Amino acid sequence: MNPSGTETAGRASRSRRPDRAAPLSSLPSRALPPVAAAAGIVLLCVSVALALTIGPADIRVADAWSVVASHLGGKPSGLSAIRDGIVWDLRLPRTLLAAVCGAGLAVCGAVMQSLLRNPLADPFVLGVSSGASTGAVAVVVLGVGGGVVSVTGGAFLGSLCSFALVLLLSHTLGGSTDRVVLAGVAAMQLFSALTSFVVMTAADAETTRGILFWLLGSLTGAGWTDVGVCAAVLAGALLVCGAHARTLDAFAFGEEAAATLGVSVARTRLVLLTVTALLTAVLVSSAGAIGFVGLVLPHAVRALAGPGHARLLPLTALAGAVFLVWADTLARTVLDPQEVPVGVVTSIIGVPAFVLVLYRTRSAR
Amino acid sequence: MTDISRCADGGTGLRAAHVSRTAGGALVLDGVTIAPRPGTLTGLLGPNGSGKSTLLRVLAGVLAPDAGVVTLDGDRLDTVPRRTLARRVAVVEQYADTQVDLTVADAVRLGRIPHRRAWSPATAADEAAVRSALARTGLTDRARRSWRTLSGGERQRVQIARALAQEPRELLLDEPTNHLDIQHQLDLLSLVAGLRLTCVVALHDLNLAAMYCDHVVVLREGGVVAAGPVEEVLTAGLIADVYGVRASVTRPDPDGRPHIRFLGTAPPGSEQPGAVGAGRCRSRQLVPGGVS
Repeated sequence: MNPSGTETAGRASRSRRPDRAAPLSSLPSRALPPVAAAAGIVLLCVSVALALTIGPADIRVADAWSVVASHLGGKPSGLSAIRDGIVWDLRLPRTLLAAVCGAGLAVCGAVMQSLLRNPLADPFVLGVSSGASTGAVAVVVLGVGGGVVSVTGGAFLGSLCSFALVLLLSHTLGGSTDRVVLAGVAAMQLFSALTSFVVMTAADAETTRGILFWLLGSLTGAGWTDVGVCAAVLAGALLVCGAHARTLDAFAFGEEAAATLGVSVARTRLVLLTVTALLTAVLVSSAGAIGFVGLVLPHAVRALAGPGHARLLPLTALAGAVFLVWADTLARTVLDPQEVPVGVVTSIIGVPAFVLVLYRTRSAR
Repeated sequence: MTDISRCADGGTGLRAAHVSRTAGGALVLDGVTIAPRPGTLTGLLGPNGSGKSTLLRVLAGVLAPDAGVVTLDGDRLDTVPRRTLARRVAVVEQYADTQVDLTVADAVRLGRIPHRRAWSPATAADEAAVRSALARTGLTDRARRSWRTLSGGERQRVQIARALAQEPRELLLDEPTNHLDIQHQLDLLSLVAGLRLTCVVALHDLNLAAMYCDHVVVLREGGVVAAGPVEEVLTAGLIADVYGVRASVTRPDPDGRPHIRFLGTAPPGSEQPGAVGAGRCRSRQLVPGGVS
């Protein structure tokens, strides 16, 4: 009980940075260390560049670079039209979409785990992905929309319906965070059952196979439109979530504690749930339901970087992007010329990683 | 609904006038008026279910009163922006826990959230407030400890440090000594009493209240039974009346604080006037066959 409050300056001199504010840096800092951010960005760029070179067609980093330069207005790459197309129309949009999806799903997971105070929360817990599947299946199998609505559009509408149902249910059930999770689980079950029902009763074998591929998550056929839409929505969502980084910290001791720290709890929950649901809906519409990225990566990054969201959110985004770029590279090469849905790869890697995370938190208690 | 904005004395500080609040159909607060004196420690006493916690939550602005008004420096609480309120009034809950793997410094730093804008990094003032809060609660050398490794007493101390980091003028504590051993109870309350903030603390232990509080407010079934300086309010008669317990109150030192010795429960039916409609009272050993 030291009433003066300033006598600790001398004791706290074990600072790592030799700046004037030595006592300040003796407390663990919360800001994103620029080194970590820079390292993450470099790692992501290297991953994307390497991913472009991996595959049946032999393309080197220099080739890929000249193709990108030529399409951005530089001098012609000198590669054949086929090889140019492989880089610019196939591998580059696919790799970028993997990065965007990985970043988006991981950030959604991080935000929802903190907001709902539930370590099992992930982008799909609000029933968004199941709703998307039902929407997509309705378009493909039942022909809902009469050809006007694309599969992507159907998936998007389906996910919004599911999210609306979850909000309505959780509000009716009392509005607390555990009710949101329970309502999400209920919606997930309902829409999964609907999807299975439609597929079993109405689809032929070929359609079923295509849908299954999509349900498991796949970046096959990613185009520049997908990349543009997903990246734009991701950028907006990152801005909103970043602006709420401190607010998310305030939820550590629960909603009432957050309220006494000046947080408007109901508004924050509505804004962040809506933003993460929209982002998930857009990503799932383009790439299907890629599991485990949103569940596992935030835990892994938290274990390394600590719980402060100003640091956690950007690092989680970078880690998710790098992870999914490599998972997708693996998915399209491991059984070459066959392709494995990337959701299968993330789950096969994700489950052991998840067990490891759980084991770590168990022994930490 | 009396309008007390702008009282005769200027209405400084946090005060509640005639506030009522129902929960689940039962009246939990029934026209309570409380005006803690600035810079003093006010104890909230009363049996379980008498409305202490609800009154604190209404004072903190977490619950809105159904009737009556809470004011901060004369302004109605529902017109004060949340962040402004959080820079003035801090709350320490009965029991706080988290799944998040925080250090002590992380937890204390949460108290700076109402002082910071989105995107802005911590300022020197933020860090100074955190260091000062750690020092005042004697936690400086434990700043890097993980929350998970702390004892109950240390956790409450961290919560008080977090509240101090908010740099409040009013501090509301809801039974902060629950689950603590006697040494930590005394430690914690002498810490709170030494803060020289306007503190309102809900307490169960009447002797702790007698030792540390300047004033006490006694609640029963959501209404104020007695209020005033601790040595005037805490009498054997009041204790028998409110808690249904026989006690002898002595003052070993004529100028000192009262000391309460409990002699046993009152014979059934002898006390408990008006024991009706006590909505959410849980029965307690001290109140046999009384409010239930």
